[in-house]
Amino acid sequence: MTQHTPNLKAQKISGGVHTDQRHDSAHKHVAGEAVYIDDMPEPAGTLHVGLGLSNVAHGTLKSVDLSAVRAAPGVVDVLTHADVPGDNDISPSGMHDDPVLAQGKVQFHGQPIFAVVAETREQARRAARLAKVEYDELPAVISIWDLDTEKDKQVTTPLTLNRGDAAAAIAAAPRRIKGRMKLGGQDHFYLEGQVSLAVPGEDDEVTVYCSTQGPSETQHLVSHVLGVPSHAVTVEVRRMGGGFGGKETQANQCAALAAIAAKKHKRAVKVRLDRDEDMTATGKRHDFAIDYEVGFDDEGNILGVDYMFALNAGFSADLSGPVGDRALFHCDNAYFYPNVHAKSAPLYTNTVSNTAFRGFGGPQGMVGAERVIDEVAFAVGKDSLEIRKLNFYDQIGTPGERNLTPYHQKVEDCIIQRIVAELEESAQYARRRREIAAFNANSRFIKRGLALTPVKFGISFTKTESNQAGALVHVYADGSVHMNHGGTEMGQGLHLKVAQVVAEEFQIDLERVKITATTTAKVPNTAPTAASSGADLNGMAAQDAARQIRKRLTDFAADKYQVPVDQVVFLPNRVRVGNQEISFNDLVKQAYLNRIQLSAAGHYKTPKIHWDRAKGRGHAFYYYAYGAACAEVSVDVLTGEYVVERADILHDTGRSLNRAIDIGQVEGGFIQGMGWLTTEELWWDGKGRLRTHAPSTYKIPLASDRPKIFNVALTDWSEAYEPTIHRSKAVGEPPLPHGMAVLHALSDAVASVAEHKICPRLDAPATPERVLMAIERLRAEAAQAQ
Amino acid sequence: MATIKTRNHIRFILNGEDVTLGNVAPDATLLDYLRLQRTLRGTKEGCAEGDCGACTVLVGRLSGGKLVYESVNACIRFMGSLDGCHVVTVEHLGTSNGKLHPVQQAMVDFHGSQCGFCTPGFVMSLYGLWMASPEPSDALIEKALQGNLCRCTGYEAIMRAARAISDYGKVAKDPLLVERKAITARLEAFKDGTRVEVGEGKDRFVIPANVDDLAAVLEAEPTATVVAGSTDVGLWVTKHMRNISPAVFIANIDGLHSLSEDKGVISIGAGVTYTEAFETLSKRIPALGPLIDRIGGQQVRNMGTIGGNIANGSPIGDTPPPLIALGATLTLRKGKTRRTISLQDFFIAYGKQDRAPGEFVEAVHVPVPDKGEHFAVHKITKRRDEDITATLGAFWLKLAKDGTVDQVRIAYGGMAATPKRASAVEAALVGQPWTEATVEAAMARYTDDYTPLTDMRATSEYRALAAKNLLLRFYMETTGTKAPLQVSRYEAA
Repeated sequence: MTQHTPNLKAQKISGGVHTDQRHDSAHKHVAGEAVYIDDMPEPAGTLHVGLGLSNVAHGTLKSVDLSAVRAAPGVVDVLTHADVPGDNDISPSGMHDDPVLAQGKVQFHGQPIFAVVAETREQARRAARLAKVEYDELPAVISIWDLDTEKDKQVTTPLTLNRGDAAAAIAAAPRRIKGRMKLGGQDHFYLEGQVSLAVPGEDDEVTVYCSTQGPSETQHLVSHVLGVPSHAVTVEVRRMGGGFGGKETQANQCAALAAIAAKKHKRAVKVRLDRDEDMTATGKRHDFAIDYEVGFDDEGNILGVDYMFALNAGFSADLSGPVGDRALFHCDNAYFYPNVHAKSAPLYTNTVSNTAFRGFGGPQGMVGAERVIDEVAFAVGKDSLEIRKLNFYDQIGTPGERNLTPYHQKVEDCIIQRIVAELEESAQYARRRREIAAFNANSRFIKRGLALTPVKFGISFTKTESNQAGALVHVYADGSVHMNHGGTEMGQGLHLKVAQVVAEEFQIDLERVKITATTTAKVPNTAPTAASSGADLNGMAAQDAARQIRKRLTDFAADKYQVPVDQVVFLPNRVRVGNQEISFNDLVKQAYLNRIQLSAAGHYKTPKIHWDRAKGRGHAFYYYAYGAACAEVSVDVLTGEYVVERADILHDTGRSLNRAIDIGQVEGGFIQGMGWLTTEELWWDGKGRLRTHAPSTYKIPLASDRPKIFNVALTDWSEAYEPTIHRSKAVGEPPLPHGMAVLHALSDAVASVAEHKICPRLDAPATPERVLMAIERLRAEAAQAQ
Repeated sequence: MATIKTRNHIRFILNGEDVTLGNVAPDATLLDYLRLQRTLRGTKEGCAEGDCGACTVLVGRLSGGKLVYESVNACIRFMGSLDGCHVVTVEHLGTSNGKLHPVQQAMVDFHGSQCGFCTPGFVMSLYGLWMASPEPSDALIEKALQGNLCRCTGYEAIMRAARAISDYGKVAKDPLLVERKAITARLEAFKDGTRVEVGEGKDRFVIPANVDDLAAVLEAEPTATVVAGSTDVGLWVTKHMRNISPAVFIANIDGLHSLSEDKGVISIGAGVTYTEAFETLSKRIPALGPLIDRIGGQQVRNMGTIGGNIANGSPIGDTPPPLIALGATLTLRKGKTRRTISLQDFFIAYGKQDRAPGEFVEAVHVPVPDKGEHFAVHKITKRRDEDITATLGAFWLKLAKDGTVDQVRIAYGGMAATPKRASAVEAALVGQPWTEATVEAAMARYTDDYTPLTDMRATSEYRALAAKNLLLRFYMETTGTKAPLQVSRYEAA
């Protein structure tokens, strides 16, 4: 791997864009040699932290007696809020509502109150249990189901979207339906829990190795907590063992605690949460209560729709504002609403503060849209797929009028019609629909269900300043390339894709491009790797850096060999200058000898986008990614147990940078989305304790939960409508909502027990319990109707 | 007792190296030893409760003189239970600079890793599978991976890799199999018939030399923590930080691994793991096969024992209800004294069993149903595999010649504070014609037998409803209908 002899006669470089490459770290993953934060050699004398968590959901701290903790073996120190040298706050939204350690009051069961610093992790954990904390308990709000979206406390300003006159359109519509859907949250369950290792330096300096998706944000908050300028803090991450949004803001608490303790004791400090602490004390995907009213005609055309998306923010704002916004941005999914009114309500509860999770509210918005489609379909007695197709946005190139989103952005690149048509064909939807009806008619205990659901996902941060990226590229005198950018690697193959872009620019083999750890010291002020934007933004920034260097090499070659610049052409591993070919390495060497700068910082900002939140108008997304999924299930009507018989997915990643990586994202996203909507259930007891805080009680999908038949394909014909990086499209989040196909297939199977006459209104997660209870409810309603 | 020799250290092989350890705590886990003492950090901690598989390693042990390698969870495996074993970690396979092992190369080529954190665990589980079955079916692969969570890939790529491993190399050439004889000899040399006593005071554990020695040890120290597979006791340590000293490790006592059948009764020694019991039980009592396959993941089944599942007295243990329905009995031993009781009488109340201080479960005896007797067991969970029971019903039925119910035993887990018979339901069935009408009438009697709880696994309403519906499923099964009666991952062959 270290030696590479470039082929100077190659027709193409190895590892350029649009080629299928294996993950750059795959060899290290399988050998156990990939280094995660907890695997790094600890500096001598490293201390370890254990957390003391609140035992009540809401209360004031009457007394906190830590004497037994301090006296425990190995304990060096116990930190409380008083030990925070700067501001005791890590709110990412600037709301000042996220203390590092609780001060005066606790607002959820599991909130960190103190941090034990000890010689070993074991000692720290044991000591943390010896505290005597007394509370004056206050009434606690644990769930949002009974809250009032107008009167009850909200953590931040809600968003309203409005186009046309929804109320009038619904009132005038031939038919109307009102309903509510309860939609559960989801734990990230990244396999590597939250972890940070802080190493103190001289003066104010500290380096924090942190499993974070947002190194700049972590840097910013650590400096804020320490009361030092950002330049004193370096945050570095080579890779995470999974992120999924759970390390966008939730990594900051461990980083802050490690840094505080490290500076105080002048020793390296590691904070690694165990699984129970991680699931108890860090935020999750928001659960939503979705209230909807839809007006439609007898054909199933939606005329007007009104939504209230109430989300469980938990005790602080964190990212709940933008998550609620993105739910509204996707309450249309792929459908045109002639008149629409939608509002969010980020409700305060005494639970952990919910946060980013792959899709960031978008999937919740889409689930709401699909419920409405189902309601309409059952009301008019048609297959849901017909209603879906009837209400799609106009397709690309159609000079129609059905193309305005609820936020007044024109949908210009809609390819959902073609995707759905192709999937319907390849999945043999119509034939299987008939077969399933015949099967169900003859099967008393097992019922089958089928559904095909579309996805349209908006790509861009709605926070405009996040839509920028930086990169740093060095070409060394031997022609090898050091690549760095602001994005982080959490398994999605981002570093590989960006390296492919750099290799392509220089026309050198991928092996010549060195992937390096993300660090705030090389690329500053970066956006978190989130919103599916990693490759779009950082690929462009790295391309910019590489192009600057390539231009200098071109100018140098043109000057030195006295040819026009258009006669300097980068070929695979070599450069043609006039009539001669020089190896890339030789040209670089010559440039170095002639004192040409071979390093460049690149930058990119997404064009076109703008967003006025107060008005609810703007061009919020640079483009949309599309896809569709078709799922079939079998359900046991005696127990509610089910299996996924088959799933077919057709997904659009534009001109994919790396299809092998993208297929992995689609497969993994679907399974994660399916888990969210089926077996992953978060359950709080009456005291506000999360009782599903480990894999023994919280059930993410296993290999044996995969569809028995699983066909995943990428559209081989699509390309990004906008000039994205090599016309590829983002792929991190858009496949996750394909899991909706499973929820709707379950719903379809449930509906069969009442002759498909009653909308099952199956809530999520659709555990076997919810499925069975829906079956019972439908049977009772059907019996009553007769 | 005086004749038993003792030694004050454990001995095992770690990858290639013989290790002798005298300074080891009773609650020291293999995972901490690997990561903290040996800086072998390819093995990861994902959950510290045996549910995610990121810490999977292989443990080789002599079973009836034969060396078998099994995947286990290092996070809940105590060091004391490794005496006489061969521990194989991911570092013993290929390296990224050198040649990768076939399992690893297949995982690379088929894109089986994304974030890579779970990957070493998957590699080790697949390695264990591949050694035992080089050309596994999808069903076997899924079974081997029930104890491995991946949050990135959606598993499809890992499945593709698993199917292709043999394209990358031959099992016969695998180093662990090539060196089998030499390793066996080294492990044999560790077996010196001694009792192992390590540590002192509150930090002490014992590995008895044999079953008689176990009886003597427990009689002398009735408050000792008996540790078999540590799939439960492991969590007492990692999750609750309970002190388990003095611990008595019984997993490697040969005499507790006996599995025999006499006059239609299968006797299972208390140290027999689920994996060891699987072949016999699934052949002789076929309904138990699919149940065992749904207890924990493969790693847990390789460690956990049926004896432990009974002895810990959990109301949600999966084996007591079917064994009660089958009419199983239990041999309890204290010192030299043995007594046999019916299994259902063992469970007195929540957390309370009919076991005297110093007494231990030595074996369970399971009558094999005769031809003409019906037996079934059905487990209901949120997720099909590797999940803890919400409700589990076991049914044993003998019909009279006239088609009425002669005898019936129905027992449930997850419905009460102990595994419990459904006596009111049974009473409603006995003497009645075995018809759907009778079953419907009996279903109404469940409320007399059970008042289940609501918790994170299920509400009381669901438990009650699903539990009684299982009786209807059982009835339909006895009618010989060909229609499918439950959803299944793989159609019956």
